[in-house]
Amino acid sequence: MTPVLDVKNLSTHFMTRRGVLKAVDDVSFTVGQREIVGLVGESGSGKSITGFSILGLVDPPGRVVSGQILFNGEDLLKMPPTAMRTIRGKRIAMIFQDPMMTLNPVLSVGTQMVETVLAHDKVSRAEARQRSRDALGLVGIPSPEERLDSYPHQFSGGMRQRVAIAIALLHRPDLIIADEPTTALDVTIQSQILFEIKRLAGEFGMALIWISHDLGVVAALADRIMVMYAGKIVEAGQVDGVLTEPRHPYTSGLLSAVPAAVPRGEPLRPIPGFAPSPLSRPSGCAFRDRCARATEICATEPMLEIAADREFRCFHPHLGRAA
Amino acid sequence: MTTALIEAVDVSRRFSRKLDYAEKIANLFGAGLEEKTVHAVDEVNLAVYPGEVVGLVGESGCGKSTLGRVMAGIMPTSGGEVRWQGKALTSLEGAEKRSMRLSAQMIFQDPMSTLNPRKKVIDLIGEAPKVHGIVKGREMRDYVASLAERVGLDATYLDRYPHQFSGGQRQRIGIARALAVKPKLLVCDESVAALDVSIQAQILNLFMDLKREFGLTYLFISHDLGVVKHICDRVVVMYLGRVVESATPDELFDNPKHPYTQALIRELPSVTDRRRVFTPIKGEIPSPLHPPPGCHFHPRCPMAFDRCRVERPALKQNSAGHVSACHLNDLPANEIKNVAAEPAI
Repeated sequence: MTPVLDVKNLSTHFMTRRGVLKAVDDVSFTVGQREIVGLVGESGSGKSITGFSILGLVDPPGRVVSGQILFNGEDLLKMPPTAMRTIRGKRIAMIFQDPMMTLNPVLSVGTQMVETVLAHDKVSRAEARQRSRDALGLVGIPSPEERLDSYPHQFSGGMRQRVAIAIALLHRPDLIIADEPTTALDVTIQSQILFEIKRLAGEFGMALIWISHDLGVVAALADRIMVMYAGKIVEAGQVDGVLTEPRHPYTSGLLSAVPAAVPRGEPLRPIPGFAPSPLSRPSGCAFRDRCARATEICATEPMLEIAADREFRCFHPHLGRAA
Repeated sequence: MTTALIEAVDVSRRFSRKLDYAEKIANLFGAGLEEKTVHAVDEVNLAVYPGEVVGLVGESGCGKSTLGRVMAGIMPTSGGEVRWQGKALTSLEGAEKRSMRLSAQMIFQDPMSTLNPRKKVIDLIGEAPKVHGIVKGREMRDYVASLAERVGLDATYLDRYPHQFSGGQRQRIGIARALAVKPKLLVCDESVAALDVSIQAQILNLFMDLKREFGLTYLFISHDLGVVKHICDRVVVMYLGRVVESATPDELFDNPKHPYTQALIRELPSVTDRRRVFTPIKGEIPSPLHPPPGCHFHPRCPMAFDRCRVERPALKQNSAGHVSACHLNDLPANEIKNVAAEPAI
C-alpha cells in the first residue's frame, strides 16, 4: 500500500542575519494510510516547521532548501501555488495550537466554515451551511445550528478547538497535521478532544500527524512515534517499542526526565545541559554534549540505522531494555 | 499542634464589574441590569505548615492562582482572613508587616512577563535585598553572584538582560530574585508549566534542593498532577473556587474520593499507560459567573443525585489527613453503585 505522505530528505533553513538556521535538517519519513504518527520533541527541535513545510507555509526568511514531499505520489514542492491551494485545506488540513489565532474574531463561525467549503467545492450556500452544521455536530458541539451564528469569543477554549477540528474535517482530508492542538487545554478537555479525534480518524480513514511535546499524549494516541532533536529525527518506530525500549539516549533521557519515572520525592533525572542554539550546533551528533554515552566518534555524523521496525541515529544505542 | 505558617480561613475572593454609565441609564428605564460577579475563590480553608510542600491543583479558572495570590499577600480578600503564623494579615503593622511581605515570595509561570526587560540580572535580583537593607550596596554583586550560582546561573552573566536567556534560565533568575530576600514561603504559580520536560526536571530538582537547604515551605500551584504528585507532601484539588479534596499524594492517587479527582487521575496521560480508550467526563467547566447550585461539579458528575443539585457538600474527613467534599461520603458503599447506575441527566 502506498503511503499517503512520503517525505524524503527534507531540509528547511532560515536565512538569518546571524547565519543559516537549520530548523529541519535532512528529515525523511512516511505516513501510511489511516496511520496516526506522533512527532515529539522539545521546543526548537523543528517539529512545527516540519509540519509547516509539508503544507508550504514556511515564510521568508525560511525556505525549503531541498528534499521531496510526496503526497499520494505527487511532489508538493514542485507544485505551482495554484495547484497547492487545491490541496491545502482540502486534501491536507492543519489544526493549530491556538484556535483563537486561526479563527477570525470578527466573522461568525458559520461564515468561516461556509467560506472554507466554497473555496474548494462548487456547491450552493445552503448546502455549504448544511455541511458546516454536520461537521460541528460531528465533533460534539451541542446545538450546532445555533452555534453556527456564534463568534469565536463566545466559545470556550475546548469548544474552539472542536471548531478548528470541524473546519479541518469539512473536506474529509486524507491527512491532518495537528500542531500541539491540546497543549493549551485542561486535562479533562484534552481527554475529550483526544477521544473525538481518535474516533473521527478511524471513522473517515484519515491519516494524522500529531505534533506534541507530551510523550504521554502521543503514547495514548499514536501508532508510530518520531522523536526530533535539533532538526533531525533521532529515533522513529512503533510507539510501544520506542517508549519501552528506546534506542537513542535522547529518547531514553526524555522518558526518564518525567516525574513518574522515579519514586516520589526522589530527585528527578533531567537530561543535563540544554538544547544547543540552532545557530551553533555541535558537529556530528547534536546531542553529544549532553549524552553520557558519547565518545570521540560522535563528532562525526551518525548514519541512520534501520533495524526491524526501528530507525535511529546513534553510534552507541541502548540495546535491550533501557534504564 | 504547630501553628500554620500561613492559613486561609473561609477566604473568598470576588471580582465584580461595576455598571458603566450606559448600563446605569438603561437601569433607570427599567432594564434591570446587575453587576456581574465572579466568585473566584469561595470560602476556602487551607493551612500550610512550616516545611510542608502543598500542591494546589485544578483546571484553568478554578481559582487556584487567585488563592495563591491572596495567600502570598499580594491580593486582598473579599471575605474571611489569611493568617500568617496565627496573626491575621490585616492586623499586621510596621516592621511585622514588612517582614511578612518579605517572607512570602511568589514565582510565576512566565518569567519574561515578570522580569523587567530593561534591567540587568544583577539589578533584578539585587534591588529588593538592597532596598530592604539585607545587603549593603557594595556587597550586592557578591551576594547576587552567590545566589545566581546557587540556582545554577553562570555568575558571569550578571550584566545581561532577560531576553538574552533561555526560558529555563529566566525561571532561575525568577527563583534567585525570590530567594534574595530570604523568604520562608514560596508560592509557585505554574512555575514549570511552560518548560520542556528535561528543563522542568532540572527546575523541580532545584526547588527540592532549596527546600532542604533553606528550610523553605512551598505552596505549589499547578495543573499538572504528575508534577504535584512527585514533589508535594499534600495535594489540594480545587474546582470552580472550592476545595473538593485534600490528601497526601499516595492516598489521593490510590484512593480518590471525589468524582472530579477520580476523573483527573484517570485522564492523566502517561507514557507507561498505553490505554487506547478515552473515557472523558462530559461537559465543560461551567462559567464562574453562573456557577451551578449545590455541588459545583454535579452537571458533569456521573454519580450526581438530587441532593447534589441543591446542597453544597461540606468537606468531611474520610481518613486521617484525607478530606473531600462530596455527598457520596454520606452514602453507604452499596448505595453508591445504585446511584451510578441511574442515567445522569
